[in-house]
Amino acid sequence: MMNEVEQDRQQVIKVEHLTKRFGHFTAVDNISFEVYKGEIFGFLGANGAGKTTAMKMLCGLSKPTSGKGSVAGYNIEKESESVKANIGYMSQKFSLYEDLKVWENFRLFGGIYGVNDKEIGPRTDEMLAQLGFEKEKNSLVSSLPLGWKQKLAFSVAIFHEPKIVFLDEPTGGVDPVTRRQFWELIYKASDRGITVFVTTHYMDEAEYCNRVSIMVDGRIDALDSPRNLKSIYNAANMNEVFIHLAGGSNRKAD
Amino acid sequence: MYSVTADNLEISYGTVKALRGVSFQVSRGEMFGLIGPDGAGKTSLFRILTTLLLADAGSATVDGFDVVKDYKEIRGRVGYMPGKFSLYQDLSVEENLEFFATLFNTTIKENYHLIKDIYRHIEPFKTRKAGALSGGMKQKLALSCALIHKPSVLFLDEPTTGVDPVSRKEFWEMLKRLKQQNITIIVSTPYMDEAIICDRIALINEGKFMQIETPQNIISAFGKKLFAVTGDNMSRLLNDVREMDIVSSAFAFGDEHHVTLRNPMLDHTDIEAGLLEKGCSNIFVKEINAGIEDCYMALSQ
Amino acid sequence: MKQFLVFVRKEFYHIFRDVRTVMILLLMPVVQIILFGFALSSEVNNVKIAIFDPSKDHATQLITERISASKYFKVVKMISDPDDVESLFKSGKANIVLLYSEKFHENLIHTGHAQIQLITDGTEPNTANAVTRYATNIIMASQKELLQSQVPSVTRPAITSEIIIIPEVKLLYNPQMKSSYNFVPGVMGLILMLICAMMTSISIVREKEVGTMEVLLVSPMRPIYIIISKAVPYFVLSFVNLTTILLLAVFVLGVPISGSLFWLIFISLIFILVALSIGLLISTLVDTQVAAMLISGMVFMMPTMVLSGMIYPVENMPWILRLISNFIPAKWYIIAVKKLMIQGLSIDSAFLELGVLFTMAMVFILISLKMFKKRLA
Repeated sequence: MMNEVEQDRQQVIKVEHLTKRFGHFTAVDNISFEVYKGEIFGFLGANGAGKTTAMKMLCGLSKPTSGKGSVAGYNIEKESESVKANIGYMSQKFSLYEDLKVWENFRLFGGIYGVNDKEIGPRTDEMLAQLGFEKEKNSLVSSLPLGWKQKLAFSVAIFHEPKIVFLDEPTGGVDPVTRRQFWELIYKASDRGITVFVTTHYMDEAEYCNRVSIMVDGRIDALDSPRNLKSIYNAANMNEVFIHLAGGSNRKAD
Repeated sequence: MYSVTADNLEISYGTVKALRGVSFQVSRGEMFGLIGPDGAGKTSLFRILTTLLLADAGSATVDGFDVVKDYKEIRGRVGYMPGKFSLYQDLSVEENLEFFATLFNTTIKENYHLIKDIYRHIEPFKTRKAGALSGGMKQKLALSCALIHKPSVLFLDEPTTGVDPVSRKEFWEMLKRLKQQNITIIVSTPYMDEAIICDRIALINEGKFMQIETPQNIISAFGKKLFAVTGDNMSRLLNDVREMDIVSSAFAFGDEHHVTLRNPMLDHTDIEAGLLEKGCSNIFVKEINAGIEDCYMALSQ
Repeated sequence: MKQFLVFVRKEFYHIFRDVRTVMILLLMPVVQIILFGFALSSEVNNVKIAIFDPSKDHATQLITERISASKYFKVVKMISDPDDVESLFKSGKANIVLLYSEKFHENLIHTGHAQIQLITDGTEPNTANAVTRYATNIIMASQKELLQSQVPSVTRPAITSEIIIIPEVKLLYNPQMKSSYNFVPGVMGLILMLICAMMTSISIVREKEVGTMEVLLVSPMRPIYIIISKAVPYFVLSFVNLTTILLLAVFVLGVPISGSLFWLIFISLIFILVALSIGLLISTLVDTQVAAMLISGMVFMMPTMVLSGMIYPVENMPWILRLISNFIPAKWYIIAVKKLMIQGLSIDSAFLELGVLFTMAMVFILISLKMFKKRLA
């Protein structure tokens, strides 16, 4: 039943035989998959399995060695500028400018992504109200706790209503309470039709995804809904699935 | 004798109070976990205990030595892995290890047995630069470096953040083995599945310990009935559950939502009935035992 | 001791594995010396000179001889008509024309006045200025010679004073006005300051930034050894640079080391110490590499360039800047190097500079050791 629904849905990411080599090292090895509109897609893998490299290609930051892909309807190799205009991006390492105030970050990224000047003000207020952060509008980002920053960074990443938002370990080092609040934001974005492409090392978060892929040594070794993966590998939770698949990796030192 | 003691530690940075009176004791060979959100004061506590910061008030000892007076004594005895510790990226694995061994007046050979289990995972790559290692490998190397001088107390500040589940599992296997060698371990982590491995855990928030207990005691003190709810549209389901008057709390937990109720007399049939009324489909509710994460969520409310 | 050696080795690894930085550090002195030595040189060689000599007597012949013997001038033409001057300049055949007055020697002896006119191209004032001064120097030297040969045979001794023509410039130690003499000490001061202060502070702050400083502090190694082992590699590197600069100065630019090499190196080492301790001081004040770079760049390098006397003479500055310049270590170092290296004076004459630098070194080392925390805050 799920599959029928998916086929009706619009593909926002389509990747075919995507490969990236650095010299003799194949970081991403012939991967193919599709992601549908509004889906929360978990992109899992051990450190060094090739997730970041794959994500960079999808965001138009790195050219594939071979294979092709489209994101938001644009070719990732030839139309990388259009790809960038239609996606949002957030990572654990880079989120917001610490030395700017909260609203200044919104204005900056709104401006970068071409949001109408008149809209930036009201939309900022609206987003802060949703987060319950109205009081922090004029605070410097550096003065906020990590969990708040991550939530703000996510709001900034979807401020321009991108078709897809890429999240690279958005909740690394964040405590369980804040992580849940973060995921509720992800749900809301997904309900609005924004596709969420997320990497995480928390396997309970993998369960929140509609579908997950697990990368091992540059390949996608499994791709399905968490429920199906658990039944295929006869596992009680995604952690067991992951350890089953990634435990045999040959590439752990990379 | 306790391996680590803290008595009413306080520290503030400007107007921000990072620690407001923290006291605890850790026995020799115990694994003590610090659990709390970012900014709760975990790193400040580590720095005070490793003699890197002076507390504004209170006192602490490590191995019976005072952290202020006998700091030199302590510095030779403890192993420390700071949160942002990243080794020397431009030195090879072996050079890093050798450097830290010499720094602590020892050699790799002398204490090889201590790090053997960990180091053999990375030994095949010993000529590789530390900067070219994966997250999991880096953590193993950092742990080896922190252990090479046979510390009696090991301080680990979020050692597994950003590390994949497989490496995380291996890392904690190693910690368990170190514990068997009677090394005291104080470790902070945002992962609740790791917290449960500790002998005792301290839940810390806004500079205060909310609770210091064994994981089992924390769990058994949960005190409420807990229900797991699943259904077709999990995101909508969560909202629907929260809108119900009888529900006290509801959180997403992997593929289920964990729900507690206001009235202890009610049970899963009441939740089911309420959700059916809201038009949810494929609903399945069952009573479950609380886990450590449920307790953390409840205490943080 | 083993700890210390291993630590120093580690520092060398850091330096040599960062190939780009090493190249910059080692090549910077070479580039600077060559830049200053050739591109910015105000020296002029092989100036084309034309001479109009209606007298053709003993005196004019002597002067002309001296001029053509000099490596700065090349006599291109002896002209017979002063009206040709303009065409000479227009065609670019001459850069300077020298015109003797008539009956030059006779006038010189009898009236004490003899005229020489020097015509140069005023569109290039710097060159014109330099060229005129070269010529004047040669003329004056010749005059002296003429006088000495004259005096014994002359009946009226008073004549000597009358003959002397305006001594325009008097260059005792750099008679050929070689500009390299001025900037070699300056480049030495600048490079040593840059490498020691900036690189030392950056290397310490980097440890803070990546979090290794925490582990170093928790180790039994004493903080003072951490500092010293951080400084050693840059001390060595500075010494290498000092050698490079001196070799280049002597063999490429032809600047002689007239004084004692020992004392020159000795005072350089003291100056390196000052710079190192400034680097340490910076590292205790800031927490990021960028801040360390900016502070050493802006707060220490700029004043060093401007106020040390390297580019602008300190004597011509307003009193407040002169006062400030006394606190710039490079100023004292540059003065001392000029005395020891170029003027060839003995160390006695540089005692003041040596003393100031030594005091500065002690003060900075004491402050920075005091400031270096054995804890994080």
